[in-house]
Amino acid sequence: MGKRTHHDVPSDAALRVKALESLLVDKGLVDPAALNILIDTYENKVGPRNGAKVVARAWSDPDYKARLLADATSAIAELGFTGRQGEDMVVVENTDQVHNMVVCTLCSCYPWPVLGLPPVWYKAAPYRARAVRDPRGVLREFGVALPEDVEIRVWDSTAELRYLVLPRRPAGSEGLGEAELADLVTRDSMIGTGLALAPGAAP
Amino acid sequence: MNGAHDLGGMDGFGPIAPERNEPVFHDEWERRAFALTLAMGYYGLWNIDMSRYARERMDPAAYLRSSYYEHWLHGLETLLVEQGLITREELDAREAELAREGT
Repeated sequence: MGKRTHHDVPSDAALRVKALESLLVDKGLVDPAALNILIDTYENKVGPRNGAKVVARAWSDPDYKARLLADATSAIAELGFTGRQGEDMVVVENTDQVHNMVVCTLCSCYPWPVLGLPPVWYKAAPYRARAVRDPRGVLREFGVALPEDVEIRVWDSTAELRYLVLPRRPAGSEGLGEAELADLVTRDSMIGTGLALAPGAAP
Repeated sequence: MNGAHDLGGMDGFGPIAPERNEPVFHDEWERRAFALTLAMGYYGLWNIDMSRYARERMDPAAYLRSSYYEHWLHGLETLLVEQGLITREELDAREAELAREGT
């Protein structure tokens, strides 16, 4: 066996996946090159910058916003974002009265075309368990403290229906163009566990 | 069907602990498990409900102990076996072979 670092000792899962891929390749059922393309797509091409463009457009164009709230799937497709795990989209709008937050208590349903693949915390037990029971406490953990009179609505995603939060447009962003606005839109602000950044705070 | 996956409202799972600047995948095997699941899904032999049901039938204690892509891997194996595309025996044998080679 020789000396190994902890990195090259295959965990059970690593070895099992390797065995599965090797078996499926031998059977002619998968092509490793096609797997690489899928990985590259979701690791490097699809992600929350897509959703940020949708939000920035909605902030800039009232007609677009109206279409987005009426039929999110079509309005998002106008910007070219379509595909699996985004077939039926609903956009929920934050206001000074209502804050929306999205969870998938049963698994990990998430709008891939606009947000990419979900972060670990979204798929893990603590968030799934508590988002529906103590959303205000969850928000505090994300550093978001909302006034007590703001209603919090939690949306439990399903395999069929995926939600995107339209965050509130931050104060002081009046003169900004769409590209600058998009820089204020974080992934978490579109899940509802964060707020859009104030101008000047963008990374 | 309820079960260990039906987590809404449960207490005792601790803090959420979001990771700063989290990468899309944390290990190469997660990339492969993800891509294999998508690629095999394109054959249309199962739908998303069947995929989820395959994951939800994991042993409940194992489900809670394991990571997300371990759920996927378990689900994919179950679907492949149930659809007759592979057998557990040949997968176990391939795994043992690779372990012997030390890859």
